[in-house]
Amino acid sequence: MTRWMRHRLFLPVVSLVALILVNAIARPRFVQITVRDGELYGALIDILRNSAPLMLVALGMTVVIATRGIDLSVGAVMAVSGAVALTIIDGSSDPGNVGTVLVAIVVSVLVALVLGAWNGFLVAVLEIQPIIATLVLMLAGRGVALLITDGFITTVTSPPLKYVASGHLLGLPFALFISVAAIALIALMERRTALGVLTEAVGINPEASRLTGVRSRGIILGAYVVSGTFAGVAGVIYSSNIMAADANAAGELIELYAILAVVLGGTSLTGGKFSIAGTVIGVLIIQTLQSTILFLGVSSAESPVFFAFVVILVVLIQSPRVYQVARRMTGGRRHHPAPEVTTGVEVTS
Amino acid sequence: MEDPLVQLTGATVYFGADAALDGVDFRLFPGEVHSLIGENGAGKSTLIKALTGALPLSAGRIELDGRQVRFSSPREAQLAGIRAVYQEIDLLPNLSVAENIALGSESHRWGVIDWARMRDRAREVLRDLGLDIDPASLLGQHSVAVQQLIAIARAISTDVRVLVLDEPTSSLDQGECAELFRVIRDLRERGVAVVFISHFLDQVYEVCDRVTVLRDGKLVGEYLTRELLRIDLVQAMLGRSVEDLRTRSRLRVAEEGAEPFLCARSVSVGTGIREADVDLVEGEVLGVAGLLGSGRTELARAITGIDRLDAGIIRIQGGTDAIDGPRSAISLGVVYSSENRRTEGIIGDLSVAENITLAVQAERGIVRRIAPARQRELALSWMEALDIRPRDPDRPAGTLSGGNQQKVLLARLLALAPRLIVLDEPTRGIDVGAKVEVQNLVSELADNGLSVMFISAELEEVLRVGTRVAIVQGGRIVDTVSCDELTPAELTALVAQPGEPT
Repeated sequence: MTRWMRHRLFLPVVSLVALILVNAIARPRFVQITVRDGELYGALIDILRNSAPLMLVALGMTVVIATRGIDLSVGAVMAVSGAVALTIIDGSSDPGNVGTVLVAIVVSVLVALVLGAWNGFLVAVLEIQPIIATLVLMLAGRGVALLITDGFITTVTSPPLKYVASGHLLGLPFALFISVAAIALIALMERRTALGVLTEAVGINPEASRLTGVRSRGIILGAYVVSGTFAGVAGVIYSSNIMAADANAAGELIELYAILAVVLGGTSLTGGKFSIAGTVIGVLIIQTLQSTILFLGVSSAESPVFFAFVVILVVLIQSPRVYQVARRMTGGRRHHPAPEVTTGVEVTS
Repeated sequence: MEDPLVQLTGATVYFGADAALDGVDFRLFPGEVHSLIGENGAGKSTLIKALTGALPLSAGRIELDGRQVRFSSPREAQLAGIRAVYQEIDLLPNLSVAENIALGSESHRWGVIDWARMRDRAREVLRDLGLDIDPASLLGQHSVAVQQLIAIARAISTDVRVLVLDEPTSSLDQGECAELFRVIRDLRERGVAVVFISHFLDQVYEVCDRVTVLRDGKLVGEYLTRELLRIDLVQAMLGRSVEDLRTRSRLRVAEEGAEPFLCARSVSVGTGIREADVDLVEGEVLGVAGLLGSGRTELARAITGIDRLDAGIIRIQGGTDAIDGPRSAISLGVVYSSENRRTEGIIGDLSVAENITLAVQAERGIVRRIAPARQRELALSWMEALDIRPRDPDRPAGTLSGGNQQKVLLARLLALAPRLIVLDEPTRGIDVGAKVEVQNLVSELADNGLSVMFISAELEEVLRVGTRVAIVQGGRIVDTVSCDELTPAELTALVAQPGEPT
């Protein structure tokens, strides 16, 4: 194997490219990009635009998972932030005003930040298991969203809000810029400061990190704050897309898709080492898959089965175990097992 | 002489391009206790793993009863009667003792597990081992030492023909060791072949009939224990003369009446350590001697801010800053190296460079990141200074041998330029060569003005590196004696004395 084939992102990238190729062969129009009024259109552009909410949620999830945690509440936080934003716009005298929309967005994202801090408080300070701690908000959040909208699906007419999900900037979808900004922000925060390596240390061995003087509590709390805030932005994009606050449908099951994206990107659910680029590719795989389902005209009843089938395929492609078995069956050269780091047994002596 | 029960011929195991085991011959007779000796990285664990089916051989063969066998999993080796008990305990803390012992060989009756029989059998095996504990109790409740014995009980509860014990005594105290040796001799009488791996040469001489010495993955030789002088054994194992290993003599710098660097009064944490007073001068090595569970680790954790004090005060250089956690201790120059290297020390998946620079990075904070180039440079200089091998800063730290992991931890703490370093069992489970290196390093550091608290179960070692030794018993410091005034035997007697009535 050459060096780039050993890279840990090799298989996720291969999966994504394969998925796009299958689509392109089935219907060449899939890879067509047309220019209309100086704006780009096409299936691939749609994938980039529609992936924005999942991208934001999955990036936050990556950081949380790196600390050995999990955030189940992201979908509910999206619902709350959408409800807050739309209620503010709906209640204002001038829903089409850019200032009003900006205020609504800032307030709703701040609310999401507080919700993230609440999760972080439960996990880092009260030391409640992450899955339970975030389950509380997952169940309660949608109720809160319904309370905010008085039980209705609030709809608004506001061109500035519509721009967030559907507008174009420099010929590209505006939502894509939000995605890219979020990726850049996370990458800068994690890899240009020491946050990334300290997060990994906490995720791999929390007690050793504490003894070494790492502020593990702050790092864990911060991870949930990032996750909550990003989910808040995702909630705004979602409501901008449908121009409504739907407490039940907003971000439905997105926590599971986000976890899937993180895992497809090669980050282990046991915490520790994480890959931002991997998560980005994981999100694109999922979004491409969803477009494929639409594109190939799979019926809505069959689509979950189709989705599951492809996910299993992708996961199998990325499984080292499958490679070992395949190599053994094809009688390839004997594979020397890699040092078993996970068991902690010293193999060198 | 009868035929060997197990015979390995030309055993070779590759990890990538490196041979961890290179054409080694090894034989094992029924009814003998055979020790496998070598430094960390000599190939002991690899040989054991090949024998027990945990690793496949790249070349060579294994014969059992004269017939060639091939184990593709530990399960297959177990079915052939070969069982191993590893240094790291591989039991399940949330199951009962009986369930742990029966794991993988549960008794069935009409298709369901026969709980009563399982418990009876467990009780029987435990009694054989001289352990009087309730088989229905949860494993996690018991001390590490008892868990270690339970792991052995599990191995001998089946029809075992070859029993491999990898560092079985590293967490046992003297009484427990004696009990274990009794069991080993008993197994020998029953015709079981026992492979005994230990860094304690005393124990090897006490219990083993034969030794096989490995070095750098190669066979050095096989000897009868009673025909091999200890000095020759060490020489065979290290491949260099023992003269090179003499510990350096300490410069005595601790003067009477000097202002203590650390002054602790009436330090208490739960019932682990009570009303402990400690004074430490700059450049002094204070040995701490005590049995397992005596409070020696609790004392270390209390002083370094790991555990919160229930009572007492700790002054650093007469100052008034309170230690209220590892971070504040570190900022005052007080650092702690845990006895549990794996769970409280090494961050296995991070690289050696990241491990070494972690404490410095944590102190600098998130924003002031150490650039990767600087990180490597820093790590390499420490790897050079402490001779950490292999000299690859990008390798995951978890893949290093025990002695090298210990050095990585020392490097991590020393990079903080501490004033007081508290070392809890820094030489546990590492080989003689690395042990002497660590001891020398401690002396060197002390000569340079660092205060050291040195905790070890090996009392000889405590006396060798310490200036004074604090004797801990039942959660109290019962006495502090100058090391010059004690012989190991006297210290042993002091440590083992039944605690005074309280």
